[in-house]
Amino acid sequence: MNPSEIIQNNINSLSYFLPELILTGMIVVLIIADLLLKKENSAWTSLLALGGLVIAFVAVLNQYDLGSRSIFNDMLAVDPFALYFKLLFLTSAAFVVLLSIGSVELAGRPVGEYFTLMTALTLGLFLMASATNLITIFISIEFVSVTSFILATYLKTRRRSSEAGLKYTIYGAFSSGLMLYGISILYGLTGTLDIYEIGTKLAASSANSLALLISIILMLAGFGYKLAAVPFHFWAPDVYEGAPTPITAFFSVGPKAAGFALLIRFFNVAFATEATNGEWAAIAGVNWSQLLAVVAAATMTLGNLVAIVQKNVKRLLAYSSIAHAGYALMGVVLLSDQGVYATLFYLVVYYLMNIGAFLVVIVVQDLVGSESIDDYKGLIWRAPLPAIAMGVFLFSLTGLPPTAGFIGKFYLFAALIKGGPGFYWLAVVAIINSVISLYYYARILKAMYFDQQDEKEPASLAVSPYYVVLLIALVVPTIFLGVYWAPLADLANYSVEFLRAL
Amino acid sequence: MTVGLEHYLVLSAALFSLGLLAVITKKNAVTVLMGIELILNAANINFVAFARFIDTDLDGQIFAIFVIVTAAASAAVALAIVLNLYERLHSINLEEADSLAG
Repeated sequence: MNPSEIIQNNINSLSYFLPELILTGMIVVLIIADLLLKKENSAWTSLLALGGLVIAFVAVLNQYDLGSRSIFNDMLAVDPFALYFKLLFLTSAAFVVLLSIGSVELAGRPVGEYFTLMTALTLGLFLMASATNLITIFISIEFVSVTSFILATYLKTRRRSSEAGLKYTIYGAFSSGLMLYGISILYGLTGTLDIYEIGTKLAASSANSLALLISIILMLAGFGYKLAAVPFHFWAPDVYEGAPTPITAFFSVGPKAAGFALLIRFFNVAFATEATNGEWAAIAGVNWSQLLAVVAAATMTLGNLVAIVQKNVKRLLAYSSIAHAGYALMGVVLLSDQGVYATLFYLVVYYLMNIGAFLVVIVVQDLVGSESIDDYKGLIWRAPLPAIAMGVFLFSLTGLPPTAGFIGKFYLFAALIKGGPGFYWLAVVAIINSVISLYYYARILKAMYFDQQDEKEPASLAVSPYYVVLLIALVVPTIFLGVYWAPLADLANYSVEFLRAL
Repeated sequence: MTVGLEHYLVLSAALFSLGLLAVITKKNAVTVLMGIELILNAANINFVAFARFIDTDLDGQIFAIFVIVTAAASAAVALAIVLNLYERLHSINLEEADSLAG
């Protein structure tokens, strides 16, 4: 291809890059607005950020007519799969901006940079969901990491937030270093950075399987870090506990979902060949789907077992989110459309119930000033609405009907059973894990509903109407999707389609 | 003797191992970050060597330039965070950052 064709391709691609351009423009606007506004008025930037997210949302919806295509000389893909994740990122980012507006932790601090970085983080997640070249994959992961480091440390005068940021940074930089080394080996094996070409080259001639295995394991360090999958999960509990709670809620949803998007796209394009309709086979030499199955089983088991002994609700939810990454991974190991479909559905369900649970943590933190399970005692008598909402979210996280979590798990198990006897063991592990998870979720429920409150606590606590609206906005879909899930299921089914070959 | 691909790969593997060793054994946050830089540069040597000997175009060299830039960006943020921790703890020893555990 000659240079003028390349430039023409880039110019033509710009119109398919509109949502990202809107977010980029919004970042610039936010920086300028933050400079112009006085420090005590910096909270107004939240409305600007929210407006940018809404405009980008409309732009993403408009992209549904475009079909699948590759843009910027095969650097990024625009397809239903990426669009599904973009909608997820935008809605979760909008929810997190709303949570941040009311947050006591951030009150009184200049928050202009906070919302600027939130928008930048969303842009990074967009790129992660659509990257189709090893360069864009690495850059987008670094983009998300660096902005996350700063956000985790945002309460920099607090010791816990400083430590959380430090741990996040060290683990993040280390795992992206490992991933980069893995990428360099893969580049050496195939001589190209384009994941479609890597796929065809690896399928055509079998590479040295030991080198390929090392490369895959090293790259899994980068993906596993974003998913908080065992053995790259060490940062998660500390960062979730120390970071500002709205940011914790976002970390547990956004980067995790983006990690899944990247993992599914990259592994299915580069390391698998299409066999029959809707199913693929892993390339010869490295059985990475079994490797991922072991990671999934280890992730859910460790997350659930360690969660049992936790006394801090934020930390407990951190381990529970590790466990849920394990559940969602079950759909990826199957190498089938149905598995990917189940994972896509589960990620949205997980996002609703998990942000909901963190919202209750924020509300209780504002009312009681604590995140310890002991301080949740008798919450139903003091603040009925948050207690009932937490009940719904915890039921959903456990996977009990009639909540969305039940449907999400049902799809995952159905896909696993349909995938054949090879993965029955994984289904058994997941069922045992669901039972274990009921135990620690029930501990919070017991504290809220049955334990007596301490004498010194005030009799009832007033929940601000703002939080009431947000709680209802998350409880309703969590129950609604448990009763009538067809629209989301249809959307997820449509979004399974991603650009598999050029 | 001519310098071939193997020489570069051995050099990069040695750098990678040294970086890994520093990350795992050192307690000083800045030393750990230096270990991470070694890992990134080991990967860069791989990229440039593979671009020279295996690939016909410049993909690997371009990637190396991208890595240098992102490494600088993340090092700047990481050092700022370490500096902030020093203000809180008056130490950059990772073992003293232990208020979050369990």
